[in-house]
Amino acid sequence: MTRRMIFDRRHLLQGAAAGLAASALGARPAAAATVTIGFIYVGPKDDYGYNQAHAEGAAAVKKLRGVTVIEEEKVPETIDVVKTMESMINLEGASLLFPTSFGYFNPFVLQAASKYPQTEFRHCGGLWTDKNPKNAGSYFGYIGSCQYLNGVVAGHMTKTKKLGFVAAKPIPQVLLNINSFLLGARSVDPDITCRVIFTGEWSLAVKEAEAANALLDQGVDVVTCHVDSPKVVVQTAAARGAYVCGYHADQRPLAPERYLTGAEWNWATVYKTYVEKFLAGQPLPNFTRGGLAEGFVKTSPLGAMAPDAARRQFEAKKAEMTKGGYAIVAGPLKDNKGALVVPAGKKYLETAVELESMNYLVEGVIGAIS
Amino acid sequence: MTETITDDPARRGERRDFATERAWIARRAEPLVIVAASLLAGCGLFSLLLLTLDKSPAQFFELLWRGGFGSWFSVQNMLSRTAPLLLAGLCVALPARLGLLIIGGEGAIALGGVAAAATGSALSSAPAPLVIAAMALAGMAAGGAWIGAIGALRHYRAVNETISGLLMAYIAIALMNHLVEGPLRDSASLNKPSTAPLPDADRIGAIPGTDVHWGLAVGIACCFLASVLIEKTSWGFAARISGGNLRAARIQGLPVGALIVAFCALAGAAAGLCGMIEVAAVHGAANASLASGYGYTGILVAFLARQNPLAIIPVAMLLGGVGAAGGLIQRRMELPDATILVLQGMVFIVVLFAETLYGRFHIFTPERWARKG
Repeated sequence: MTRRMIFDRRHLLQGAAAGLAASALGARPAAAATVTIGFIYVGPKDDYGYNQAHAEGAAAVKKLRGVTVIEEEKVPETIDVVKTMESMINLEGASLLFPTSFGYFNPFVLQAASKYPQTEFRHCGGLWTDKNPKNAGSYFGYIGSCQYLNGVVAGHMTKTKKLGFVAAKPIPQVLLNINSFLLGARSVDPDITCRVIFTGEWSLAVKEAEAANALLDQGVDVVTCHVDSPKVVVQTAAARGAYVCGYHADQRPLAPERYLTGAEWNWATVYKTYVEKFLAGQPLPNFTRGGLAEGFVKTSPLGAMAPDAARRQFEAKKAEMTKGGYAIVAGPLKDNKGALVVPAGKKYLETAVELESMNYLVEGVIGAIS
Repeated sequence: MTETITDDPARRGERRDFATERAWIARRAEPLVIVAASLLAGCGLFSLLLLTLDKSPAQFFELLWRGGFGSWFSVQNMLSRTAPLLLAGLCVALPARLGLLIIGGEGAIALGGVAAAATGSALSSAPAPLVIAAMALAGMAAGGAWIGAIGALRHYRAVNETISGLLMAYIAIALMNHLVEGPLRDSASLNKPSTAPLPDADRIGAIPGTDVHWGLAVGIACCFLASVLIEKTSWGFAARISGGNLRAARIQGLPVGALIVAFCALAGAAAGLCGMIEVAAVHGAANASLASGYGYTGILVAFLARQNPLAIIPVAMLLGGVGAAGGLIQRRMELPDATILVLQGMVFIVVLFAETLYGRFHIFTPERWARKG
């Protein structure tokens, strides 16, 4: 500063008056008209995975007019997330929050929604029920169909007929992805098997690398995963010459030569819909879910290494699924202990509530839940 | 860490003369001045880093103040984050007085939380105060047994307590996951395996007038109790002697083995209580979120506090405030989350380095003042 500034009382009053006048006249239209929207991530937003998928959605929201996006990454599922939400509301005036980690919902989002009835909360995971606060809600995508498509391509590419799956925890969402991946591959060749290793944690790079290596040691030649960040699995498998199918976000930049395709979230669709409704002053839905048909999920572009047969089946299946009403889980279906889990003639659409408590691995998956 | 046996006449009920008074102040001032200077030096180093990133250190520290301490909302935010750090810090500080470096508090927190949740759901029909007391006891017993075992391994089998503590933390977390996903799982918790939720009556609420839960008061009380134990009791005295020179303590006939196991068990009980409070005040059930790093932050807390239980209180508040401001700094300055970790790491290294400075400054030595007086 070149000029010395002297603040005496008169200047201060003048300044205050000018400031008041300015704000009364709407001299700060940008600040007055924007809506502040907060995104909260449990991990780093450049993790090539779960959090990056949400951050890409947030980036799409940033391009909308009249919106200020604030983001915070690596917020654990503890009292920290409560305080982050409150801080966004109290210190930055956020009026719509997207706390994106599954574990934030109960009890933290529910508590915050009760405490701040003027703020809207939408949470990723599909946990909201009508007993919960009305200013909260859930959204989620049916990504099993994309894992099925991963399986179709993997089924064409595998030479050893052994696929590998690195999974975090044996919970219904993960089991559905594993089963979908194998069923996709078996639609190409019913002799294909899939070995699964559970690491027990959502984000534990060392175990993910060990699991990927262990799978490759057993002769697996196409690997996919369901962990928060597929980065380690993709890099480990690709470095050893296996093909990989991605999950959550696009991991092609990590292994352009070995990345076949991937099951990706398309949160931009969801977030833009919410925010446009919000800006227009319309009520936000409490519960939204969708799959390929609704644009909630997408596939990474198919890699050039995939042969024509794979490409044709992949595109045909994807087109069929995008029409809606496709059932991956259809009888007769046995679990990997030989018990019939879905009788002949019975089938479950992706919206079926039964799939949300899936507790089996289908025949052909080598691995155990407990 | 050295402990000098007090020769303070005031403790013997005599009046201190001026020289003794000054010598006493000088000795007490040494850790305060050195820790404060290391904090400043750490912040200075960090400012250099910010400058190389083209970010303003002034804005950083202004946001740090505003987010962590500058308003009632920020203070409550800071205190909420302080609560678990107090007990986690004690888990490191207590064994450290015996010269043991135990860094496995994370495991005791996880197991304490699971034990508390299991007890809570088993007793859910009993009156609430009884349930809460039983949960606290269960948490302390589980944590105490876990860290106590590390002490026992150290004393009876000469297993390095730092290594075994760290490795046993991994086992404890795996055990917690097994219990939460297996025998103790609430079948309704499909995609986030948890124990059965505690009824609202059995949960720990907020201190009236604030939104900070009672765990903060419990943590502060435990720090005071630990300080009394170490400074005012013969057990604490014996522990300090053993920490200063284990062999000499043994020759003196002190029960070194019992001391080691007891102090480790107490440390584990503090961590287990921390886990119980997380369950009863924050989560309402035990699940994988219990292992969220408080045990590791506790190491930093204890070292910054130079293993002094009373100093843990301001240090935990400082780190709580830094954590509280972290989000605001991330959002306003567009710095990555790791920024706060880098700041903590720099401060930690400077504080460790400063350990070598004790006794080097003549101004703090009692002799200087005694002679002049």
